[in-house]
Amino acid sequence: MSKCLKLLAGTALAATLSAAPVLAQKFGLGRPALPEEIAAWDLDVSPDGTGLPAGSGSVEDGEMVFADNCAICHGDFAEGVDNWPELAGGEGTLADKDPVKTVGSYWPYLSTTWDYVNRSMPFGNAQSLSADETYAIVAYILYSNDLVEDDFVLSDKNFLDVEMPNADGFIIEGRDTAEAHFWTQAPCMEGCKESVEITMRAAVLDVTPEDETAAAPVADASAQQAAAEAPAEQPAEAPVETAALDPALVDKGEKVFKKCKACHQVGDGAKNRTGPTLNGIVGAPAGLVDGFKYSKVLKAAADGGLVWTEDELAAFLAKPKAYMKGTRMSFAGLKKDAEIDAVIAYLQSYGS
Amino acid sequence: MSDSAKRNQPSRRQFLSGAAAAGAGAVTAAAAQAASPDPLITEVQEWASATGEGVDATPYGLPVRFENDVVRRNVEWLTADTISSINFTPIHALDGTITPQGCAFERHHSGAIELSKADYRLMINGLVDTPLVFTYADLERFPRENRVHFCECAANTGMEWAGAQLNGVQFTHGMIHNMEYSGVPLRTLLEEAGVQPEGKWVYVEGADASSNGRSIPIEKALDDVLVAFKANGEALRKEHGYPVRLVVPGWEGNMWVKWLRRVEVMDGPVESREETSKYTDTLADGTSRKWTWVMDAKSVITSPSPQAPITHGPGPLVITGLAWSGRGHVTGVDVSTDGGINWTPARLAAPGTDKALTRFYLDHDWDGGEMLLQARARDSSGYVQPTKAQLREVRGENSIYHNNCIQTWWINGKGEAENVEVS
Repeated sequence: MSKCLKLLAGTALAATLSAAPVLAQKFGLGRPALPEEIAAWDLDVSPDGTGLPAGSGSVEDGEMVFADNCAICHGDFAEGVDNWPELAGGEGTLADKDPVKTVGSYWPYLSTTWDYVNRSMPFGNAQSLSADETYAIVAYILYSNDLVEDDFVLSDKNFLDVEMPNADGFIIEGRDTAEAHFWTQAPCMEGCKESVEITMRAAVLDVTPEDETAAAPVADASAQQAAAEAPAEQPAEAPVETAALDPALVDKGEKVFKKCKACHQVGDGAKNRTGPTLNGIVGAPAGLVDGFKYSKVLKAAADGGLVWTEDELAAFLAKPKAYMKGTRMSFAGLKKDAEIDAVIAYLQSYGS
Repeated sequence: MSDSAKRNQPSRRQFLSGAAAAGAGAVTAAAAQAASPDPLITEVQEWASATGEGVDATPYGLPVRFENDVVRRNVEWLTADTISSINFTPIHALDGTITPQGCAFERHHSGAIELSKADYRLMINGLVDTPLVFTYADLERFPRENRVHFCECAANTGMEWAGAQLNGVQFTHGMIHNMEYSGVPLRTLLEEAGVQPEGKWVYVEGADASSNGRSIPIEKALDDVLVAFKANGEALRKEHGYPVRLVVPGWEGNMWVKWLRRVEVMDGPVESREETSKYTDTLADGTSRKWTWVMDAKSVITSPSPQAPITHGPGPLVITGLAWSGRGHVTGVDVSTDGGINWTPARLAAPGTDKALTRFYLDHDWDGGEMLLQARARDSSGYVQPTKAQLREVRGENSIYHNNCIQTWWINGKGEAENVEVS
């Protein structure tokens, strides 16, 4: 803390303000928070373990919980899929050209892992894990980083015994000393260097997104090509059946679909994300979305002739993992039939 | 958009290739003489004859369609998906200092949520005399302040550490916005709950699924942090944290927690995911800086720039850009047209203000030749914006965050601009 105070003084903040009890005016607004309310929201866990609930989880259990809830993005071995974060490996790479920053190679405190998994994961279904499941996932991540053996069980009792490899890898700030020479009272104004050469050009790399918003003129060849391709990317034109859909139900379904949006896109310009696009999915044969890597079980079901009729979809959405053991869809399911009906109606509004 | 409107609007690509000049008529070597009378003047135009839209046509308006390329853009390859991702403010096309909410960059960790005022609750708990819960209506009854501040993502310019990469100021410097906020000082709310002497930090947390949370020293929390509910006079937009966000002046954008739901007074930092695994700066030797909250002085020329090339010939040219500092206010900006050999002080549109954007202009007589344009900011702490080489010397190339280096645009004889690095 003392270093921090020094830093604040150094950065010209009002360092004279103190944390001393305040003799300020009170307005009598708000109401006392109830213990139950504080317990529901005050979930953060500190490096010294403050905030950890009682519980435990093994590497063995963690492997299963991780496969069900995390592997679709982070990979079966926490190695990361596509651009999703890798959670394991990278030890000894922090000084390399492209450091691999994982829980094992970078994160200084184990509490951070537990806290983040508990409050923010899985992506799109946060705060759905039990304390024991969270312990198990964290144990498995430690195992994936070769930090514990395969028979390890993590609990609130042994939590602080785990040593994080990069615990001492951080320093506090340091710009005011290491970069003191950037505070220059009189910067150079004339003849500051003898010559100037261009040493690198962004155009050579060519990774800047094209501007798609400006309407392209007919003469523009690439735009013509895009226009020619466009129909293929469009969802089916609003089908006749849409007229029969209950608009209120479709609206409700749009709200329910928020639970799906972390992984699925639907509508104009929809792209495959963690899950496939869903344009025209109701009534379509399973496993046919272009460019999406389906799980083995889904491919098998598709080969077996599975069609996403309303009934099949309803059964799937109620409990995905029970309906199709081994599916990659890490979603607990929609509990209410009304939600399922609504979301199917919403999907039908994008073709069927 | 109708076909005729499309034809009337030159594409950005045309601008970049300089091909727009012919079609738009007045664009090239303008001033001197007109060969024939301009029909836009001599003929009665439709808009001068027929009527326009009535006052009931647009209860809440968007910019006119001719400006529909001035929008937030994202870089698809940057993140795994668009929900936990970032987009960029079109600063190449804006002027002044205030960023309209509708095109101000967004950074979400779990997407922009919809949270109504009626469903909003703010809890103050931890090391306080009385843990409190406020409704939105409660917050509106505390004395309010108005303040203008910039919000810059710590990763702004982060893709440029290893070299010139993205060809557009929107992408190199667009993780920034500057708004006028109305809200209640966090200090007022903390005093209402009564901070206990052992309270040295606050942990602030959002209501969205990412539970984005950051630890802030109590000195800063009691200094100038604002619990804001209006921006630029209107309610915060959903993507900026409606109904309530935190404003942490001068400090990295990740700490400006949106959909603020809880402030916990603590005796130490939480060391959350966003303040350990992210938003820490790895140096060349593999050690990493943490708690690097302040955004250092920085400036950039927004026009001309790769997305805003010079579309006229030699003669008067407005060189303009933005400057800011998280350590105080901008005291001056120097502009170089020769890659940093010689510098000229630019004109500040208004005196720099505390932790807010400053607009600068250099009214230049362009000779039509190549230029290597740079801007260099100075702030009230005596800090001078460094070159990329100076930063790399101290930090290496792996820091990701806090890249406040001097930017270079290479302008060629046609007025086109490119992001380059120079010796």
